[in-house]
Amino acid sequence: MAAGHTVTSFDARRVRADTPLLARVVHDRTITYLDSAASSLQPRAVIEAMSRYYELRHANVHRGVYQTANEATAVYEGAREAIARFINAPGGANEIVFTKNATESFNLLAKSWGTANLKPGDVVLVTEMEHHANIVPWFQLRDVAGIEVRFIPVTDDFRLDLSNIDELMRDVKLVSVTAMSNVLGTINPIKEIAAIAHRHGALLAVDGAQLVAHEVTDVAALDADFFIFSAHKMLGPTGIGVFWTREETLNTMPPFLGGGGMIADVRIDGYTPASGPARFEAGTPPIAEAAGLGAAVLYLENLGMANIAEHERGLTADALTRLALEFEGRVRVIGPGDTVNRGGVISLDVEGVHAHDVAQVLDQFGVCVRPGHHCAKPLMRRFNLSATARASFGPYSLVRDTDVLLEALGHAVTMFG
Amino acid sequence: MSNLEDLYREVILDHYRSPRNRGELTSPPAIRVEGFNPLCGDEVVVYLEVRDGVLVDIKLTGHGCSISQSSSSLMSSAVKGKSIEKVRETIATFKQLMTVHQASLDEKSDVAPIDLRALGELAALQGVVKFPVRIKCAMLAWNTLSQGLDELA
Repeated sequence: MAAGHTVTSFDARRVRADTPLLARVVHDRTITYLDSAASSLQPRAVIEAMSRYYELRHANVHRGVYQTANEATAVYEGAREAIARFINAPGGANEIVFTKNATESFNLLAKSWGTANLKPGDVVLVTEMEHHANIVPWFQLRDVAGIEVRFIPVTDDFRLDLSNIDELMRDVKLVSVTAMSNVLGTINPIKEIAAIAHRHGALLAVDGAQLVAHEVTDVAALDADFFIFSAHKMLGPTGIGVFWTREETLNTMPPFLGGGGMIADVRIDGYTPASGPARFEAGTPPIAEAAGLGAAVLYLENLGMANIAEHERGLTADALTRLALEFEGRVRVIGPGDTVNRGGVISLDVEGVHAHDVAQVLDQFGVCVRPGHHCAKPLMRRFNLSATARASFGPYSLVRDTDVLLEALGHAVTMFG
Repeated sequence: MSNLEDLYREVILDHYRSPRNRGELTSPPAIRVEGFNPLCGDEVVVYLEVRDGVLVDIKLTGHGCSISQSSSSLMSSAVKGKSIEKVRETIATFKQLMTVHQASLDEKSDVAPIDLRALGELAALQGVVKFPVRIKCAMLAWNTLSQGLDELA
């Protein structure tokens, strides 16, 4: 799209009207949903795609020869193609593995690729701002394979500290980094980190869970080697996640879970695994969820990821400005103060009020935020926090959501003041 | 907003702002027990000094929400200086308060009521039962105390 000639049909009010849950009333107020970083809401198109599968096409995939079984397989494989297009996977659908969620994708990476390729003394380099999903599987691998897990520190202004990166890269075989922090909103320089990793002969895995619903994703342009995310943070259903790697890497990875669907042959003396994504998809896969995910991709493509990114940047800039003005320092944002390389995740530390109390007061106003450590305890320790109250935007968010947030926050500050 | 005022009663806010029996005891002779709420990151450390079957001193440190912190503070005031037997009784009554159905707190209910007067200031925490997610916050210090007494036994 040429600059200045972008014609946008994006209208957040329409997205809102498409999202049934946003019509709910709780505690006598219309819901104000500000928890898309934990899980986004589904448009009707996604819910209907799942219903349509159950009502008209339900059958197991890759098995039957009857009409509905063929249709079910087409729906499932169609979602794989949609995802390949959505993230610009260079090798297409053959590079997309469906898992249960992003966490399972990280476990697949650690337990399959990690076990086969890492030896004692090898280092996996993660960062202090990772979700536990990109930390714990590496600790588990450390305990069985003797690898080392090393952390890139985070600066006081909530960015990755790459000043000492060449030293940190010693013996590193894999760098595994989030594209966008689920606590800080920081968007990391993935292309730059890919260049560093590759210069040192290491591969790069990217946690895309927070990025995919909010920015244009192009795994080829990022020069990543693995890319991981889940459907429910991009308007899709729960229960399905994605693991991407290049076909040549995927073909060298040993199977992860064993069972039906992942084999080429089973004899009484052993088995031969299937090739391609099927090798990693043991058992009946999440078919209805794939139908929903395919519909979510279409829906996002119609809105335009660049439009969504611009809309959410506007909301974030507005919220950051008003939070700074209205509470005179009593409400601190734990994350970058401007919208440069920053997404719409706003973690709040309210002076003298614990995050759970903030969230409890907000709930009475129908405001949904997430209190807690956000599965990022090393990061919370880094900033000496036990919990934050996190508000996060989605494509259906409007400035009026921020209005209600500020009204409710004002109440919390007064109540505990 | 009535629900919210039920939860955050003045007594609770007071104990949150000015927690009683905050600090540490030398261990030994005191015993030290830690409690965690892994879901929300709340932490409490309870120090107990028991002599001749009496809880002669109790101190607490830790961090968490107003419910967990005020419950710790209220607990320490309620059990300090009491016999272990009496402390266990108070723990049991408090647990009962946190597990009862809301209906038994209504005067008109025919469910056997809890003697709220016996609980004293602790009764201020009764509003927590309307917020099931927060019950674990209120219980954290009590479960930790209970664990400490079990270690002594």
